[in-house]
Amino acid sequence: MHRKTKKVGTASPGRRVLLGQQIISGLASGSLYALTAVAVVVVFRNTRTINLAQGDFAMVGAFLAMVLIKDMHLNYYLALAAVVVACILLGILTERIVMRPIADSDWLTLFTATLGVYYILHGVAGWVWGRDTKAFPVTFDPTPINFAGTIVSQGHLINMGWAIAIGLVLYVFFKYTKQGIAMRAVTDDPDTAQLMGIPVRFIVLLTWGMAGFLAAFAGVLLSPIVYVSPEMMDQVLIKGYVAAVFGGLYSIQGAIIGALMIGVAENLAGGYLGAHYKTATAFAMIVLLLTFRPQGLFGIQKRREI
Amino acid sequence: MTLLRLANVEANYGAVRALRGISISVAEGAIVCLLGANGAGKSTTLKAISGVVRPSAGTIEFDGKLLNGMSPTHIVGLGVAQVPEGRKIFKDLTVIENLQMGAYVRKDARGIAADLDFVFHLFPRLKERTRQLGGTLSGGEQQMLAIGRGLMAKPRLLLLDEPSLGLAPILIADIFNALRQINKEHGTTLLIVEQNAHVALKNANFGYVLQVGQVAVEGSAEELRRRKEVVESYLGSSEQTPARAAS
Ligand SMILES: Nc1ncnc2c1ncn2[C@@H]1O[C@H](COP(=O)(O)OP(=O)(O)OP(=O)(O)O)[C@@H](O)[C@H]1O
Ligand SMILES: [Mg+2]
Repeated sequence: MHRKTKKVGTASPGRRVLLGQQIISGLASGSLYALTAVAVVVVFRNTRTINLAQGDFAMVGAFLAMVLIKDMHLNYYLALAAVVVACILLGILTERIVMRPIADSDWLTLFTATLGVYYILHGVAGWVWGRDTKAFPVTFDPTPINFAGTIVSQGHLINMGWAIAIGLVLYVFFKYTKQGIAMRAVTDDPDTAQLMGIPVRFIVLLTWGMAGFLAAFAGVLLSPIVYVSPEMMDQVLIKGYVAAVFGGLYSIQGAIIGALMIGVAENLAGGYLGAHYKTATAFAMIVLLLTFRPQGLFGIQKRREI
Repeated sequence: MTLLRLANVEANYGAVRALRGISISVAEGAIVCLLGANGAGKSTTLKAISGVVRPSAGTIEFDGKLLNGMSPTHIVGLGVAQVPEGRKIFKDLTVIENLQMGAYVRKDARGIAADLDFVFHLFPRLKERTRQLGGTLSGGEQQMLAIGRGLMAKPRLLLLDEPSLGLAPILIADIFNALRQINKEHGTTLLIVEQNAHVALKNANFGYVLQVGQVAVEGSAEELRRRKEVVESYLGSSEQTPARAAS
């Protein structure tokens, strides 16, 4: 990377290489934002809950991974597996303890409850692990490699690979498994799903478990990039939420495309306008989106009033 | 043998007293229809049987088991399925996925496959459209799918809420032919809510007429066909009903 940046602005091939690099690293961050965006969508469309704690599920997962890898010297993949289990449990516990008792409330009550979970998890993490930012052990080879004519970090490729694999797992789950189809049926019409004998509460529990599953990967994969701290996911959550709005808080594909767009746009803005424009870009995108297409970029109608 | 018995069932939506002591019984293998004007409590009766509305008083017994307080999942598992008013197809699920959701509570893969064949035999149009989204079907096809989805639960008792609603007469005839076929070939007991008294009484063995949450008239379908004016006096719009019933 350093070798290449010297060339910037001199020769036009260098410019093109830089653009390619920025798009690829944008797609890499975007694919990690997508993990949060998809979780926001699946929880919202099955429970009308805008889950502010989604980022903190990931943050707790990141701290756990750090403890397991750094302090307990556990193998990376074993640590990841343990974190996946822990985050699924965290999602399920949030549903059972916090959300289920108030499941029939209006959206503002549900939203506020997740704000409570957000502060509790921030507080607990700060108390247990400290408020300072910690470096996460880098587990991949940091030398950039040549990928399709552009120089990219291996970490970016690995992250994209994980995101694609998780996307495939979700696709198969929603399309080919009984519980996955039932989850879509509950999204479509919870009352009728219940009438068909689908245990809607169990499906909602599964939905929160899925949010935890996605959070585990978001936390572990983002840790080397954003470092580990109680606030590590705050900005990512906002970007994930913006991406979810791109899909009308309903479409998983829409949320993924939105997340990739945000990743690329903020990287280009960061590269050409300056680093401090990065986050502002995500906000500019949501303002534009909500002004011109409040139903989401992909025209999905929200059929349930919130 | 009586398969379903409701005794003095009451149910409320907040302050609205929707059911005010309903008693009906449905014999095994019968086709029974439940008639009544808008708001008489027909849908609420079916919802109470399915367990999605909790009765505040009275008992609901199916095959000798008390359904009061049971979860809808449990009730479907016992063999009581419902085809809801307005069909309520899962719009974003394909035809085949809708049918699979009807069989959610079942685990017998072979039985499920056999029932799928029966549904396709009954409604060949669904078979041509297995990968199509439910929301893109025509009204008649959606009603077929709704009935098929109900059958996929392998019910002993199938509850149907206004299956003729919004359909052209020719389609209504098709639907009722299919219902009679289900009753005959599978021995499935049918409890059909209808506003179309003519069609319902032509196909049923027995009928009840509800008025503001109570049974006003009951009798064999034959008898109710003979007392057509009395039955119809209860079926007009709710404002007309009291005046016409009094005459
Ligand atoms: N979810 C609800 N909340 C409040 N009141 C309700 C609800 N559902 C039904 N009701 C009321 O309960 C009464 C019975 O309604 P129900 O839907 O059982 O009637 P119905 O006989 O099925 O009428 P229709 O022919 O219009 O379908 C009506 O007065 C109705 O307004
Ligand atoms: Mg009704």
